Amino acid sequence: MSPSAPSGGDAAVSVQLRSGVYADSVKLMQVSRRIGAREGVSAVLVAMATPLNLELAANMGLAPEEPTSPEQLLIAVRAADEGALAEALADVDAALAERERSTGTAAAIPHRTTGAGLDELSPESPALAIVSVPGQYAAAEAADAIAAGRSVLVFSDGVPVEQEVALKRAAHDAGVLVMGPDCGTAIVSGVALGFANVVRPGPVGLVAASGTGAQQVSCLLDMAGVGVSHVLGVGGRDLKEEVGGLATLDALAALDADPATERVLLVSKPPAPSVAAAVTEAAGKLSVPVRSAVLSPESPDLTAAVEALLADMGLDVPVWPSRPGPAEAAVPGAALKGLYSGGTLADEAMLLASPALGGIRSNIPLQPDLDLGTDLSAPGHLVVDFGDDALTVGRAHPMIDPTLRLEAIEALAASDEPAVLLLDVVLGYGADPDPAGALVPALTAARERRALPVVVALIGTEGDPQGWSRQADALAAAGCAVFSSNAAATRYALDLLGASA
Amino acid sequence: MSLQNLLSGPPAIVAAGVDVFSEALRAQGADVHDVDWRPPGFGDPADLAALALDPRRAAANRTAVERLMAAGSVLVDVRPAREVIGLTDRTLLHSGPPLEWENASGPMRGALVGACLFEGWAADVEEAEILLATGAVTLDPCHHHRTVGPMAGVTSPSMWMWCLEDPVTGGQAFCNLNEGLGKVLRMGAFNEEVQARLRWMRDVLGPVLSKAVRGSIDAGNDPLDVKAVLAQMLQMGDEAHNRNRAGSLMALRELSPAIVASGAPSSDIADVLRFIGGNEHFFLNLGMPTAKLALDAARGIPGSTMLTVMSRNGTEFGIQTSGTGDRWFTGPANTPVGLFLGDYGPDDANPDIGDSAIMETYGIGGFAMAAAPAIVRFVGGTVPDALATTERMYQLTLAENPAMQIPIMGFRGSPTGIDVLKVARTGWLPQINTGMAGRVAGTGQVGAGLVQPPQQCFEQALAALAEEARTA
Repeated sequence: MSPSAPSGGDAAVSVQLRSGVYADSVKLMQVSRRIGAREGVSAVLVAMATPLNLELAANMGLAPEEPTSPEQLLIAVRAADEGALAEALADVDAALAERERSTGTAAAIPHRTTGAGLDELSPESPALAIVSVPGQYAAAEAADAIAAGRSVLVFSDGVPVEQEVALKRAAHDAGVLVMGPDCGTAIVSGVALGFANVVRPGPVGLVAASGTGAQQVSCLLDMAGVGVSHVLGVGGRDLKEEVGGLATLDALAALDADPATERVLLVSKPPAPSVAAAVTEAAGKLSVPVRSAVLSPESPDLTAAVEALLADMGLDVPVWPSRPGPAEAAVPGAALKGLYSGGTLADEAMLLASPALGGIRSNIPLQPDLDLGTDLSAPGHLVVDFGDDALTVGRAHPMIDPTLRLEAIEALAASDEPAVLLLDVVLGYGADPDPAGALVPALTAARERRALPVVVALIGTEGDPQGWSRQADALAAAGCAVFSSNAAATRYALDLLGASA
Repeated sequence: MSLQNLLSGPPAIVAAGVDVFSEALRAQGADVHDVDWRPPGFGDPADLAALALDPRRAAANRTAVERLMAAGSVLVDVRPAREVIGLTDRTLLHSGPPLEWENASGPMRGALVGACLFEGWAADVEEAEILLATGAVTLDPCHHHRTVGPMAGVTSPSMWMWCLEDPVTGGQAFCNLNEGLGKVLRMGAFNEEVQARLRWMRDVLGPVLSKAVRGSIDAGNDPLDVKAVLAQMLQMGDEAHNRNRAGSLMALRELSPAIVASGAPSSDIADVLRFIGGNEHFFLNLGMPTAKLALDAARGIPGSTMLTVMSRNGTEFGIQTSGTGDRWFTGPANTPVGLFLGDYGPDDANPDIGDSAIMETYGIGGFAMAAAPAIVRFVGGTVPDALATTERMYQLTLAENPAMQIPIMGFRGSPTGIDVLKVARTGWLPQINTGMAGRVAGTGQVGAGLVQPPQQCFEQALAALAEEARTA
């Protein structure tokens, strides 16, 4: 060590050269930066005494006066006073002596895209993606899955129809399936995705352009002891003209090739006639028998479709579980108030009730002149689908968030219009963990205020997390008549209205 | 259609979106992998969807990546820029997107002035500035001439250039010779020390290297496989942008016999070997045209969203994509963050400059940070930071380059082929390692560090690619 005299001015300066000390240039730059940031230090260079560094030192007025060699470490500091200089030099020694500690492993980098997530999986093992991001961003996530050779369930709603078509074409070409959008259910090899029930494994495969329709049918098959192989929800628009049944056709072909699937049931809201014809033709060419549970005025009953399938299989139709509820006097001339969370179940109720009641107004009307508009408490027969896109903007699906339907029940309680209340309650994964718990106080309060028969279509299985019987008992104790079949529930409500078809 | 992969057994699930479905799947005991999804960092949702759904994209990007990876790079010649690219009198190449003198930054101006002095077009700085300001000297980006240049990238007719060739396509790419560190033209210094070195490079280094390279090939030896050296560097602690120590030594080793056999005077040979051995960035000017060859091979593929250029001129950052050809998308260059030489500090640093981000475009440099943990300390980071940076870059890229392996990541290939769509969706910008030039002309290098491109380059590229996709 050979301290030099200050080179001028009133500042305290130290220029040292040390031999036998080596640190790499990055380390030395870090040391220089640390010392330079100290209070009272105006210039610092800690570097090997290479020609380049000596020139830098000279420019800073900190050149050593003695001969140097590049193997020496140059420590040159200018500080405001001797005290600051001594502290800075001590800190140089401390900085040079410091050791970095490191585990040598990277913190896990989160996957920001579906593609990155799928990349991590073994290509041989079965896998699929579920996408529930906002609809305007869903296409990119779904396209990742298709590009990775994986099928995808798009739960998001609000996906533009042309994007749906592009995704389904790409999926077809890639040999994978796009389920959804906007029909949030699937059961694949026993794994329930989105809104789906715990259904026993069995020989019947479902292709469903309807979420709650698929849930109704699969639950009845479970109750009949039959069970399902897979439930492939193809999206509520798949059988419309614009989409042309792209996913339905692929799903039918997939179930045809699946050894676990012996029969197929196709579940849908009313399809476009041209698409229905194409699907019927394609289904006829498959080796697996395909039965239709497609709703229409001519075939308004999903339960009947299940019963026909059981007959195909040579099985007896069971007595579908129900809780009769209290003996209620019929209220002839009263209005039917159907407050639904499932669109297909609402459709089914309207199709079944319309012949007896005449036109039923709705936010998803069977015909345009029956449009309810935004007045959910209008008088007369009406059926409201709280799961419709217009009522789920900015809030969760009514199977999760009952708020709007509870408000409608409260409004009905306050009204003096004679009425029969018809509800669906959908159990299963993804749904409210205790829907009866939310409904019972509102229904009890309503029935204390006024005469109001309540009929519930309880869609679920004993295996569901909520348990069909537990929920049914709770609802029955509150005075509801409870049915496992929506068609049966609707017919019971019509009986109460004195309007049996 | 069999969909075997879908129905063959209980599937693992990758879930993007609301938690309730992941929770329900976990309750069933399913194998669930959550995506940490968030809205894209930028881009119109309709544009993102148009690109995501462009039926050309997957195949186009596959082609782009295949061409990038297939490209080789061998050293076939060393010749003056005048001959190699027909660089005419009073024309200077510079780094980055197109640039006017009025907008040029300090180091770029310094380098341009220095080149005018070197070529003898001007007798002094003032004269050079008049030539440049009046348009008497034509400026053109290196990238418009199959050329790349580090930092200012200023290349004049008398400068010697590495001539590299892709044996696969026969494509060629060029780069001038690296001057070393400190006060150098590429960092904007132009004083007599710089001029003397440039003259020596013109009169001694260039001719010796030229004789060595040609002589070796004429003697029946294989040309130097530069891509193979790049691959080896990653195994030796270099990331080949900010750290080129191993590569420079290997180049010295490979070139030395032919240099000695060149017949030049022994004192010149000694000077040349000493010069190469004393410049740990000597190899950078061989690595860059190697990357350029590969990215040029991937140019002009309709529907491809892969970057072919990231480059900076000290004022603006510019990118090009395969699907949009020669079109530049530019934004104001950021200023690097890092460590400073001597007394310099952040206020002395010029905004980002140089064509050397071609290394990251190729998937090494900042993208292979994990191969060179020493580099991450430029920003006070740690070894885990280096690994994390490379891990993150995998989510921006289309492929892993098996030729460029990173030992500490289990010899995983480096993240290669930057996808504009993935940059938008992740909101993560490419990580670039870089040198820092002084803001004031004539200063030279002030430090080194890390930098990212401005997002707006990628915003423009995304919109343009989406427009192409819609009209295709």
